[in-house]
Amino acid sequence: MPKECEKRFLQPGKKGNKMDQILNITPGHYISLSVILFCIGAAGVLLRRNAIVIFLCIEIMLNAVNIALITFSRYFDQSRGEIFVFFVMAVAAAESAIGLALLIVVYKQKKTIDVDEINLLKG
Amino acid sequence: MFEYVWLIVLLPFFGFLILGLLGNKLGERISGIVASLATVLSFALAVKIFIELLSRPEEERSVVVTLFDWIVAGKIHTAIAYQIDPLSMLMTLIITGVGSLIHIYSIGYMHGDKGVPRFFAYLNLFMFSMLNLVLGSNLILMFLGWEGVGLCSYLLIAYYYDVKDAGDAGKKAFIVNRVGDFGFIIGIFLIINYFGVLDFLSLEKAVEAESVGALVIFWITLMLFVGATGKSAQIPLYVWLPDAMAGPTPVSALIHAATMVTSGIYMLARLSFLFVKAPETMMIISVIGALTAFFAATIGTQQNDIKKVLAYSTVSQLGYMFMGAGAGAFTAALFHVMTHAFFKALLFLGAGSVIHALHHEQDIRNMGGLRKKLPITHFIFLIGTLAIAGTPFFSGFFSKDEILWKTFNYNIVVWAFGAAAAMITSYYMFRLYFVTFWGDMRYHEHGDHKVHESPLVMTVPLLILAVLSAFGGIFGIPHILDIFHIGNYLEEFLKETVLDGSKTYYGHNVEIGLMVFSVTLAFAGFLIAYKLFYRNRKIPVKDDDIKGLNNVVYQKYFIDEIYNSLFVQSILNFSYGLWRWFDVLVIDGIVNGVGKIIKNFGDGSRDVQTGVVHDYMISMAIGLASFMTLLCLYLW
Repeated sequence: MPKECEKRFLQPGKKGNKMDQILNITPGHYISLSVILFCIGAAGVLLRRNAIVIFLCIEIMLNAVNIALITFSRYFDQSRGEIFVFFVMAVAAAESAIGLALLIVVYKQKKTIDVDEINLLKG
Repeated sequence: MFEYVWLIVLLPFFGFLILGLLGNKLGERISGIVASLATVLSFALAVKIFIELLSRPEEERSVVVTLFDWIVAGKIHTAIAYQIDPLSMLMTLIITGVGSLIHIYSIGYMHGDKGVPRFFAYLNLFMFSMLNLVLGSNLILMFLGWEGVGLCSYLLIAYYYDVKDAGDAGKKAFIVNRVGDFGFIIGIFLIINYFGVLDFLSLEKAVEAESVGALVIFWITLMLFVGATGKSAQIPLYVWLPDAMAGPTPVSALIHAATMVTSGIYMLARLSFLFVKAPETMMIISVIGALTAFFAATIGTQQNDIKKVLAYSTVSQLGYMFMGAGAGAFTAALFHVMTHAFFKALLFLGAGSVIHALHHEQDIRNMGGLRKKLPITHFIFLIGTLAIAGTPFFSGFFSKDEILWKTFNYNIVVWAFGAAAAMITSYYMFRLYFVTFWGDMRYHEHGDHKVHESPLVMTVPLLILAVLSAFGGIFGIPHILDIFHIGNYLEEFLKETVLDGSKTYYGHNVEIGLMVFSVTLAFAGFLIAYKLFYRNRKIPVKDDDIKGLNNVVYQKYFIDEIYNSLFVQSILNFSYGLWRWFDVLVIDGIVNGVGKIIKNFGDGSRDVQTGVVHDYMISMAIGLASFMTLLCLYLW
């Protein structure tokens, strides 16, 4: 990353609210939060067995991405990213509804939602 | 009228379509009438066109009627076009004329058979193919007809498909003909390569221009002659014709005596301008013809099946025609084609009448004394025998003597074989005649198996053919016997179309002398047969009692067995080897090997699919991470 950009990125946004300026919170902080949340979510998806927890973790990952989108949207002073976030939220809601319905059906069939037990596709 | 020439060809084809599609609905009687009508109309049209052709001046008697383009590829330009000239019209008249009579005869002969519509459909398809063969104005159309008649020959020989012999004979005819056709195709390819034209008129011009060497012409003519040996049953490919007698008798008369087997001669005459340029080929043709005439005649002396005798006689007579054509006397050969069509069709149909009367008995040892029971058949059979034996002033006499006279001028050894064959022919024909019609009756009538003369629908065509066999020679009377100045019609008629490659060294006295000599030979043959089979009332012995040389001849010199072990068995062994080694080891090995490799790969890689969601997600994460890493490295 070029020096100038790096410097700018680590300074509070000009249009940021007063609190940000007081606490000296830069876009870099938001992105860091996003990255940390994404990693937590990803780790959860990869490590947990309970399907509902995996679902929650996926939601965490989506929201981490949302934070990143909002941050950049504010930073570049464009509304595209914010619009995109709405779409992500809408799709995530729909996805959770379907996903939960599927889980209920799976539970009725197999009496478990442990994903390691559900391995019908074993070759 | 000339523009309607396609109707001559197409009328039998319509007949074939009607019978092939609706035959079983029409029934036996109507099928016969439809087929006969198609052929008779075709004949009538041919006569009309023939008369119109005669009314033209001699130089304008060659007309090509082009219907449409057929094959246009590169420099080859082939049209569906029919050539009307003396040669093609002569053949057309023989084919449709004799064909009509045989169609009508068949109505009576095939009565009561279960497949009559099929029979007539094939017969009409044959007429269509044969007319394409002789009327086509280029080699490709001729070849179409050539193959078509081969197909119909196969279908009709194997007409009684529930008899194994008939099916085998059909296959044999078809396969042996393939060998000949292979030569014919090579001949056509050579012509395309060296001349680039396929229609006869342009080809004649190209040949006259002498643009290619003698060696090329030699190979072209030799290959075409190989084709002719297949279709016209000459050594070494004659073996299919005697077996072809397994078909119904009218088929033997029409296809295997009168028309199809003479197509080789027609081809030679049509391409006479090519053949006269290749004296070596002409020599080969002549020698093959003489040998065939002689050997087939000797086999004929020992046969006891009435149709087999006639079959070998046909092979022998075809040998005569080739002998004459080889000597350059194409006109004489065509004259013999015509007279042979008359008397051999007559003999075959006469034999058919006997077989019909005796309820499918064909062995002459079980016949005898039939002249009282079958007076008309006996009469016409006698005429046929006299004609083929070369009795003076019957049709066979003129044509056979003309061929012998021309070959005498050509080569005396070839002539000697021909003359010997003439004597043997006379012997075996009178043997057949005496054993069948004289002596005691050896056929046992029982129940409703009474011997009866054939119905009118069969005897009337027989009588017409008998008249033609007796007097058909007047179209080609040699000049020295022409006391009434009738003129040699056929020679005059054909001289514009067919080249004459024969030469005359000897004078008229020699010609007369030869005539007397050959008549003496024929009479000698008759006397031997008369002495043995009429005076001594000898009957050919049973199969087991045939000994020594007679047995060798009776078994046809074991030619079939030799061919069988030489060609059939070796091909079978070769195929067996191919199956055992090449197919099982190589082909199967490759195919199964490919399958095995894929199967093993699948077995090895199936463990990747665990069915556990986490494994998929981890591999996805690793994949995505490595992809991103690579992308970053790339963009850096």
